[in-house]
Amino acid sequence: MMDVGRHPRIKLFAYSEVEHISGFIGNFNVKIRKKARYVIEDECTACGDCTKDCPVVVPDEYQQGFSSRKAIYIPFPQAVPSAYILNMEECLGNNPIACGKCLEACEKKCIDYDMKDEIIEVEVGTIIVATGLDVYDPTELDEFGYRSYENVITSMEFERLICAGGPTAGHFVRPTDRKVPRTVAFIQCVGSRSGKRGNRYCSNICCMNTIKDTLLLYDHYPETKCKVFYIDIRAFGKGFEQMFMRSKEVGVEYIRGIPGEVVEDPVTRNLILTVENTTTGRVEQHEVEMVVLSVGMEQRSDFDRLQKMLTLSTTGDGFVLESHPKLKPVDSPTRGVFYAGCVESPKGITESVVQSSAAAARASIILNAGRVKIEALTARLDTSLCNYCGMCARVCPYHAITPPDRKLGIYPEIIEAACAGCGTCAAECPNDAITMRHFTDAQIMAQIDAILEEKPLEKIVAFACNWCSYAGGDNAGTSRLQYPPSIRLIRTMCSGRVDEKFVLYAFQKGAPLVLVSGCHFADCHYINAVTWTQRRVERLWNKLERLGIRPERLQLEWISAAEGQKFAKVMRELEELRKKVTPEEVQQTREILRREAEKERARKAKRVEALRSA
Amino acid sequence: MKEEKLRIGVFVCDCGLNIAGTVDCEAVAEFARTLPDVVAVVRNKYTCADPGQNEIKKAIQEHRLNRVVVASCTPKIHEPTFRQCVADAGLNPYLMEMANLREHCSWVHQGDRKAATEKAMDLVKSAVNRARLLEAQHEAEVPVTRAALVIGGGVAGIQAALDLADAGHQVYLVEREPSIGGIMAALDKIYATMDCSI
Repeated sequence: MMDVGRHPRIKLFAYSEVEHISGFIGNFNVKIRKKARYVIEDECTACGDCTKDCPVVVPDEYQQGFSSRKAIYIPFPQAVPSAYILNMEECLGNNPIACGKCLEACEKKCIDYDMKDEIIEVEVGTIIVATGLDVYDPTELDEFGYRSYENVITSMEFERLICAGGPTAGHFVRPTDRKVPRTVAFIQCVGSRSGKRGNRYCSNICCMNTIKDTLLLYDHYPETKCKVFYIDIRAFGKGFEQMFMRSKEVGVEYIRGIPGEVVEDPVTRNLILTVENTTTGRVEQHEVEMVVLSVGMEQRSDFDRLQKMLTLSTTGDGFVLESHPKLKPVDSPTRGVFYAGCVESPKGITESVVQSSAAAARASIILNAGRVKIEALTARLDTSLCNYCGMCARVCPYHAITPPDRKLGIYPEIIEAACAGCGTCAAECPNDAITMRHFTDAQIMAQIDAILEEKPLEKIVAFACNWCSYAGGDNAGTSRLQYPPSIRLIRTMCSGRVDEKFVLYAFQKGAPLVLVSGCHFADCHYINAVTWTQRRVERLWNKLERLGIRPERLQLEWISAAEGQKFAKVMRELEELRKKVTPEEVQQTREILRREAEKERARKAKRVEALRSA
Repeated sequence: MKEEKLRIGVFVCDCGLNIAGTVDCEAVAEFARTLPDVVAVVRNKYTCADPGQNEIKKAIQEHRLNRVVVASCTPKIHEPTFRQCVADAGLNPYLMEMANLREHCSWVHQGDRKAATEKAMDLVKSAVNRARLLEAQHEAEVPVTRAALVIGGGVAGIQAALDLADAGHQVYLVEREPSIGGIMAALDKIYATMDCSI
């Protein structure tokens, strides 16, 4: 921490928040709100004279509310920056007549009641997101009696009570009688691994944290008996198993089963735990003097703000989605943005440090290169075909297209460095004014032509996204999963690229069945482009129905890169559907679409004419 | 500007027996010769190996190829390989297209040589049709501002900021709370070493 404070190349903005981010890899513009701390940071010597005279006493957050602090305070002795802060909401008033004692006490006069928030702008090439976690609040789990019984605490509160710098100077005492407890129960998976309340996932650190806590207790108070109630102990890191064994050796009792109820004895203030011991199959009662709830972790409750600013995605558990979970585990889908620590998933200190160094190294690659290449798969706009509808700007998952202004005659502009090449804009543009480089309409339709030139009735045309479904097909191949040979895959970077007209063209060319396949929503490599795939396919289903074409002939599937099994299964199911399509039905479809195409051509010619003359 | 006449080379890979064991590669090569604008067809045992790549480079020179189709495995593995290969021979890397005869054909239709061969032909035809419309592309380069933003001053943000700064980069570290340290600063001892958190 100290190193950060004194590093010549680190500019620390403490008590500050990121207000706005714009730009793209190599060229981000960031607005930072430096909140008023009412103490001049550089002037404050952290002498502490101000705090002595402050009459306002409030609970100390750092000590988990076990002790108090003043309205002007330093969060903890080793704080960086080493400067006091005045909480204006707690302060009696910035009118010195009301109080003003701290200013009187401050010899250097570095307290400024009129300080204002500042907005600071910086330019950066890369961004590392290390926003951390929220600790799970177990209040909702009323069976454990947290907040009802004082002697039930969380593992975070335990940390302060056992710490030499804590409110009890490291004397571990229970809140009700300030006596060292002779028995302590730890309840594991509080807020984790539950389908009902809290979160479904494992929070990763709580088993080891409890093992550590039991060893700390044993070191301090060898006569204190610890009981750990658990589902299973996950001690899979380096040195972890040895720690677990050591805790067993020193006499910690591990009981497999999570208590269903914690009740306080009103006289002794002891706690009685009722638990089904799943090893013995018996319901047991354990009386202890103190309970520690081993709480899990969650994504920051207000993370969505930053998520939107950086166009990040989250997985079902709320943590951020990586560019690739195996191969690019610290890269975000937004180029130039990296992850470090628990924002990505629950993890311990060692893993966080490893990931942070990895993120720094990944960011360094870009910074050292000094220049970045943008893959030539980006969108290009032909303004002569654009009618300012702004659809492209609305659908772009990366905000890489600036919205047009019809009145001012400003066309949308594609910021090439921010464009990731999903092709959603090209697929949604009603005027075909956008061309995707290397995945043009003509190139894709030429593939449809080739596939359906001969024996079209025997073939299924499938559009598969590069990252998931095409890779899912590869996975089926690598696993040698056999499926019918009727499928013909056309690769696009994203399923969002699949234009309505590609599907209709395939039907017009005699395809009995068409598949559009993309990533699962949480896996989409282009943030949320896949949601546009879904909307478009739904729109197409309606259109097919209106035209008298069976919508079932257009199938939509989400197949991930790991789902070779699913890929093969879908191919087998599609083959069954294909067999049900008769030559007459295909012929009829071709007729319907030929007539539709003629009408559309006429409409389009008119539109282009109108645009050109305007 | 006069359009250059298309001259496509198709390289059919046996991949040992991975493809040739199921697909009749000779028939696929013969079929490729019948496709429009195809002026050279070469069959290789392993196209990705140096001798295979040399065949591509040689054919580009000899036949003045301006499009290349490699009918082998998934582009997820070897697209970068063959892009580099054609670039070495002076062709724009975006003028190379692949047909996936292995993961998407020979490996998944192992019992059906006839159908697999027909599908392989379709895949080659599709790739050739696409190749005919491919255009040279040039990757744009943008300059990078040599500074980094680290959002969050917990243990993760601190480590990332120090690493970047030690590597010589300017770092802006933004922390919401009045002090950096995050959750870690509120912990007593850390597993598995049982040392202090601060």
